[in-house]
Amino acid sequence: MTVALDAGGPAAARPFVDRATAAQSGNAAQPTHPSLIDECHRTDEVFGFVNVPNAVWIDETGTLVRPAHAAHVRRSQLRDMQIPDGLPPRIADTLAEVKKFRVTDATQYRAAVDDWIANGAASRWAMRPDEVVAASRPRPRDHAEAAAAFDLGQHLWRAGNRDAAVRWFRRAHELQPENWTYKRQAWSFATTPPGELSDMLQGPTDLYDGNWLDDVRRLGAENYYRPFDEL
Amino acid sequence: MILETLDVDPATVAASAGWTLESEGACKGDVCVPLPGDRDLDVATLAASLGMPLLHDEDSGLWSLGPASVTGRALETAKVPVDFALPDLDGNPFSLSSLHGRKVLLVAWASW
Repeated sequence: MTVALDAGGPAAARPFVDRATAAQSGNAAQPTHPSLIDECHRTDEVFGFVNVPNAVWIDETGTLVRPAHAAHVRRSQLRDMQIPDGLPPRIADTLAEVKKFRVTDATQYRAAVDDWIANGAASRWAMRPDEVVAASRPRPRDHAEAAAAFDLGQHLWRAGNRDAAVRWFRRAHELQPENWTYKRQAWSFATTPPGELSDMLQGPTDLYDGNWLDDVRRLGAENYYRPFDEL
Repeated sequence: MILETLDVDPATVAASAGWTLESEGACKGDVCVPLPGDRDLDVATLAASLGMPLLHDEDSGLWSLGPASVTGRALETAKVPVDFALPDLDGNPFSLSSLHGRKVLLVAWASW
């Protein structure tokens, strides 16, 4: 199943779901899985997601066997493309940072999923409950407070109280700088006109101290994702 | 969790966060955190005991209760909350428990 971490709700997510479905039209692999919307980023709290794509594996008894991890089922073309000469510097610099991400090879990841499906608890990738808990993301008090601040921010944003919302989003960003879902969600409100596809660059604005490129450089592109096989 | 007032039943608040109030204290999976006596228990006390930050937005009057940080990990248990549910694209609620008996790969993504 897929979950869109999107305060924009179905309007923001539906074009992507429709496009994915259309791309698979006539294909035996056409998606039939539930496509859900998490407008309040509840899965951030429940599972410890801090970026997308992230995943968890859940067995037949409703028990996690793999905690939150980066989940790439296809290799991004951005990682392999040659950066063309003459691009605006910010775009070229962004692409250069994307190439530094540490992610599990998509073929290996799919093979690991297949192995778990076939072998269940005997799969080398399935973890015991105590291992899952121990390998889940750290949650010091600052991170818990970041979740509360983000929750207030998005609640106030939906209520139309934008100035107050930005204050709480900024607080969440300060408290948990490595939570990209908090940052990118809030930045998208400032950099993406309503109804349009996302501004992937998420550049500087006068609302936030951070932006995608500068924050990735500050925190290290190699730390942007938590590879699946490094839990 | 957004609250309009702190004058709410702490057991209900605890349950919304996946905790149950038992004789040992607030429990989730194998973790139980001792609580003050029932007479003293309110949402603020519950929050303090579980390391749940309680933020207040003065202008709106709203409170926001963060997740528990008492164990220092995002998960206190490997069990997924039994009532975990989210809406689909058409707004229909979908409960994860409806997939009980099947393996689930839950992938989070975003448009932004």
